[in-house]
Amino acid sequence: MITITVNGQRHDIDADPNMPLLWAIRDILGLTGTKYGCGAAQCGACTIHLNGEAVRSCVTKVSRAAGQQIVTIEGLSANNNHPLQRAWNELNVPQCGYCQSGQLMSAAVLLRENPNPTDQDIDDAMSGNICRCGTYQRIRAAIHKAAELQSAGAKL
Amino acid sequence: MKKVIYLGIVLFSVSLMVLSFRTDSANRKALAAPAKDSVGSVKAFMSVYKVLMSPRCMNCHPSGDVPLQGEDSHLHTMNVKRGVDGHGLYAVRCSNCHQPANTPGLHMPPGNPKWALPPAKMPMVFQGRTPRQLALQLLDPKQNGGRTKAQLIDHMAKDDLVGWAWHPGDGRKLPPVNRAALVAQVRLWIAKGAYAPAAKAK
Repeated sequence: MITITVNGQRHDIDADPNMPLLWAIRDILGLTGTKYGCGAAQCGACTIHLNGEAVRSCVTKVSRAAGQQIVTIEGLSANNNHPLQRAWNELNVPQCGYCQSGQLMSAAVLLRENPNPTDQDIDDAMSGNICRCGTYQRIRAAIHKAAELQSAGAKL
Repeated sequence: MKKVIYLGIVLFSVSLMVLSFRTDSANRKALAAPAKDSVGSVKAFMSVYKVLMSPRCMNCHPSGDVPLQGEDSHLHTMNVKRGVDGHGLYAVRCSNCHQPANTPGLHMPPGNPKWALPPAKMPMVFQGRTPRQLALQLLDPKQNGGRTKAQLIDHMAKDDLVGWAWHPGDGRKLPPVNRAALVAQVRLWIAKGAYAPAAKAK
């Protein structure tokens, strides 16, 4: 039995320690917001936070998460009111939406570490998340928007 | 009679002690450092150079801020970069994809608990270095991570991330010689005087 904390809730998971974390999150815990895109850490659709770091759950074993803090897209905010989620809504970022959980989780790390990112910073942080629909321009605009919202929120 | 015997024992013991401190010229030669040998030293280094310039070593000692991938040492995909500490940036830090062990399967991320590049302030570049440049760099504590010659040997012999090169995961070629052979050549290079090859050596 492996104990992991996901979105603030503790779970005891009966799983092989070598099971990819993505499987545990989706199949055992039923949190299906995190997606399987490639299974090879090449697309970023499976991105979650492990102790605040944006790891790729398709290649991360459950054993690495034992006793650690996981945040999935479902836990990014309580009411979908993270500045990124608000910006994503305002600018209608998604098309099919499949990559967007991963995009948001990666962007969340960028915005936490760099509250006012440049386009270069966005390139550096987000180039590992691919979008077959090509929503990159809207993702970039939404990150800038979220930075403004975050900054305005901090000033309130 | 007893006094004679005791005296004999004392004299014998003292003479043994005195003899143990004597070193004749043959002993002195044996105790001295190995003779310097510029030709032998350079020859050993060229074997070391071939290993350090092979993809399993050079790919993480790039000339720029992007690690290298593959047998052809192309730039790592996904725009990943060294960052300040050598562990990457934001959502594409090395350990975000590279696990503590190799992920099985072709083209899956290799892994090690220490997976990272050298830090920006001490990049320890191999890519593009001539043999002479690399030898001088390896010997310079300001460029080699502050290592003495003994620590350099230790790094090659025992460091876990260096050791990954010989257990690189599916589909990756091993360095040209095994680790023991590399370390032997490093020791030989240094023991024979740590000479750097001539500027025109390739």
